[in-house]
Amino acid sequence: MLRYIIRRLIQTLPILLAVAAVVFLLFSVIPGTFASSLADDGKAVMDAEIMERMNKQFGLADPLHVRFANFVVNLVQLDLGTSFRTRQPVAHMLLERMWPSFQLAFAAMAIAILIGVPLGFVAAMKPGSLIDTSSIILAVSGLSLPKFWLGLLLMYLFALKLSWLPSFGYGDGHPKYLILPAIALGVSPLALLARTTRAAVLEILNADFVRTARSKGMSEAKVVRWHLARNALVIVLTTVGLQFGSVIGQAVVVEKLFAWPGLGSLLVESVSLRDIPVVQGCILMIVLFFLVINLLVDVICAMIDPRIKYS
Amino acid sequence: MRFRANLWIGGGLFAIVVAGGVLAPWLAHSDPVMGANLMNAEIPPGREFWFGTDVQGRDIYSRVLYGAQISLTIGVLSQLINTVIGVCLGVSAGYWGGWWDDLVSGLTNMMLAIPSLVFALAIMAILSPGLISLLIALGLTNWSYTCRLSRAATLSVKTQGYVQAAKILGYSDIRIMLTQVLPNILGPIIVIGTLGMGGAILAEAALSFLGLGIRPPFPSWGSMLSDARDHITIAPWISIFPGLAIFITVLALNLLGDGLRDILDPQARTRSP
Repeated sequence: MLRYIIRRLIQTLPILLAVAAVVFLLFSVIPGTFASSLADDGKAVMDAEIMERMNKQFGLADPLHVRFANFVVNLVQLDLGTSFRTRQPVAHMLLERMWPSFQLAFAAMAIAILIGVPLGFVAAMKPGSLIDTSSIILAVSGLSLPKFWLGLLLMYLFALKLSWLPSFGYGDGHPKYLILPAIALGVSPLALLARTTRAAVLEILNADFVRTARSKGMSEAKVVRWHLARNALVIVLTTVGLQFGSVIGQAVVVEKLFAWPGLGSLLVESVSLRDIPVVQGCILMIVLFFLVINLLVDVICAMIDPRIKYS
Repeated sequence: MRFRANLWIGGGLFAIVVAGGVLAPWLAHSDPVMGANLMNAEIPPGREFWFGTDVQGRDIYSRVLYGAQISLTIGVLSQLINTVIGVCLGVSAGYWGGWWDDLVSGLTNMMLAIPSLVFALAIMAILSPGLISLLIALGLTNWSYTCRLSRAATLSVKTQGYVQAAKILGYSDIRIMLTQVLPNILGPIIVIGTLGMGGAILAEAALSFLGLGIRPPFPSWGSMLSDARDHITIAPWISIFPGLAIFITVLALNLLGDGLRDILDPQARTRSP
């Protein structure tokens, strides 16, 4: 088991390094530097001398490969640079925003799993029934809804019309602030999980080993527990892992709408202001989060499913 | 078979949206950009303004119609770029194998690890907002799934007798890929392309909503929603209609994609995202 985990960790590293390289290169091909973009955007054109000093200060004057080497060396030491805007260490800013982002992503996935998986399961057990048909319609609608629009509607209905919940903000982490953004974010993974679960269960129900189990007289409850649940769980868990990536990406819009102080809103702010070190940090953080979650999912799947080889 | 209905409903809805966009100059009541009149600001939906008016007194119905042009253009073109990149990389990787396959697979794994909206956002940080930038940002960030799919399909087609026969006949690799492999793996690619178009339209709306896509005053559905939040208590219709338009368009493409899958790719019901 430990060897499997170590092997998966080693497989993850090159992906992370490749993402770091892309993120670095992406922002190095821009003509001009942060200092010159300040001059373009700001009212006053910057003095050439000041511009040079700023470029030196942020290490933008070195050749590309030297900068990339520095970037990687600093990255390994968890030094993500300094924000152009706030002059704070990026790592510090990310740490501050990480917790609200995790809260939101986990809450959204919890809603998706708790409703989506049972819904898909029940739908598959009674194919063609009313609940099956409505779950299919619900799933395709949920996948087509723009999250920020759903968020707007929820905000209008539950915060402004009914005054049941606060309309936006973090509220020092009070759970009632979490509900609306989590629903807005959770609906599309919910729809996808309902769909995947339904398809997985239907396929397993038609599999040979289920037919064999039934024909040898195994009770339906045992068939579900022994054959169905374990096999479906692996497929569902893999989908959950992949959906985390999508959720943390989509969170960008939902966080912005609900003024949620997470990584997503930090990313949007930094993109608008071209605060490149923070943009790079946010992307690396989001990718790291996605990779770690998927690593965990793979390990759990390997524990459940003996067909997955450890070594 | 039971749900062939989704093909017809999806196709019908999509045809309506396309017609709305194409016929916008004739169907619209006023100019979507210049039609501002502060005397008419925030009028609720009624006989004169079917969907009401926005903060600047522009007719929302007309703006929603013109918005279809932007959404569809970006959806179709960016997905076309994604499909071409994904198919070229996937088919060649599957066919040639070796170091090229390793390189493409590595690249695909990396792309899968970066949420596409975040990647698109990062690209928009470098480029200035606008149609071309959006096409680049959305066209370069969502090909990984098509690539994986065409690679896997190519691997299974490669061993077929007709591909071997073409090789013995002395066809060049490129010719085999184009004339023997591609036509036989086209079904699933069309399905993914259709579903991806819906995704691209959602992504464009999200980026424009964040103020990084199509900038006001141009009538993108996403940018129409971006300033709606501040007026939602007084004028909720500003938020409702552009969002409804996005929802219906993406729903149409998703239904169409599912319907096409039943016909073109019958074995793959569980494979898709």
